[in-house]
Amino acid sequence: MTTVLEDHGFPYDVELFEEDGPVLIERGQVQTLCAAVENGNPLFWDDEVAAGLTGGPVAPLTMLSAWFRPHHWEPGAAEPLVPLALHFALKERLGLPESVVAANTLTFHDPVRPGDRLRTCQVLKSVSDVKRTQLGQGRFWVIEVRYRNQDDALVGTDTYTMFSYRTPTGADHD
Amino acid sequence: MTDLYAGQVSVEDRLPELRHQVTASTVVLGALATRDWRPMHHDRDFAIHHNGIRDIFLNTPSQAAWFERYLTDWTGPRGRLARLTFAMKDSVFPGDLMTLSGRVTGLATDPVGCAWAEVELALSVSGAVRTSASARIALPVDRSDNPWARRGERWCP
Repeated sequence: MTTVLEDHGFPYDVELFEEDGPVLIERGQVQTLCAAVENGNPLFWDDEVAAGLTGGPVAPLTMLSAWFRPHHWEPGAAEPLVPLALHFALKERLGLPESVVAANTLTFHDPVRPGDRLRTCQVLKSVSDVKRTQLGQGRFWVIEVRYRNQDDALVGTDTYTMFSYRTPTGADHD
Repeated sequence: MTDLYAGQVSVEDRLPELRHQVTASTVVLGALATRDWRPMHHDRDFAIHHNGIRDIFLNTPSQAAWFERYLTDWTGPRGRLARLTFAMKDSVFPGDLMTLSGRVTGLATDPVGCAWAEVELALSVSGAVRTSASARIALPVDRSDNPWARRGERWCP
C-alpha cells in the first residue's frame, strides 16, 4: 500500500510515532490517584468486588495518558518522550508556534490492569485550511492517540482537536 | 456505594452535586498521581513568574479523574465510562471551592443491548464554569447485567 503524504508532509489515518509506555501499570499508582481525588469505587480497593465485576483489579479509565509519562528521572535516561510528538512536528512543519487544545475526547475500550504493558501511536485524522480566529491565523488539526495493551487489544483513544497559530507576540500555550 | 440501574434514570435528572475545597495538596497530589511533573502544577513561584497566573492549578488528567469519580459515585461500580469529552475554560486554583454537577441529557439502548446514559457535566467555581464536559456511561439494565463483561462487538463506546 502506498502512503499518501498531504501538503503538510504527514499522511492521514496511518499509525505514527509508535512507542512503548515507559512504566508498568501498577496498583500503587492506581490507589495514589484514587486517594488524590477521593475515589472510593470498590473496583480499585476491594479485590472481591473487582474479581466479580471486572475479572480482577483495573485502573481508573482516565489514567490512560498517565501511563505514558516517564519518570521525572531515571539512571541513564535519554531525552524524555515528547507527548503528542505528531502535534509538535506539525507545528514545526507548518510554522505555527502557538497552540491551544480546542477539544479533547477520551474513549475507553478494554480496561487497563495492573501488570499490563501499554503501547501508543498517533494518527492524524485531519488538518484544516488556514483559519483566522481571535487568537490568530492558523489551522485546526485532529490527532487520535491510540493505546493498546500487550495483547494488542485497544484499551482507549485520546482524540485532540488542536488549533495552532501564529501571532506577532505571545508564548506557546502547550 | 450502590448500583444504579438504567430504569432508575430519566432524561433531565440531575446528579447530586459534589463540592470540594481545593488546596495546594489537591493540586499537587492530582498532578503527581497522574505522573505530571510539570512545575506549574506544584511550584507556585514558577506558576506566578513563568506562567503569569496567580497560583498552581489543577492539571487536565486530574480533572478527568475527578469527573470519573463523580460519575461512578452516581452509578456505583457497575457503571462503566465509555467516553469523556471536555473543554477547559479557566484554571482551578488552591482556595477555590469547586462544584461538580451533572445532568442526564439522553438515554438509549444500543443494538447489542447495552444501556447508555449521556451526561452533561460541569466543574464550576463560584457559579462560573471552569471546565465543561460530556460523558457517555453504560449502566446495568438489571442485576444480571454487567457492562464490564462486554468486549469486542458487544462494547460500542
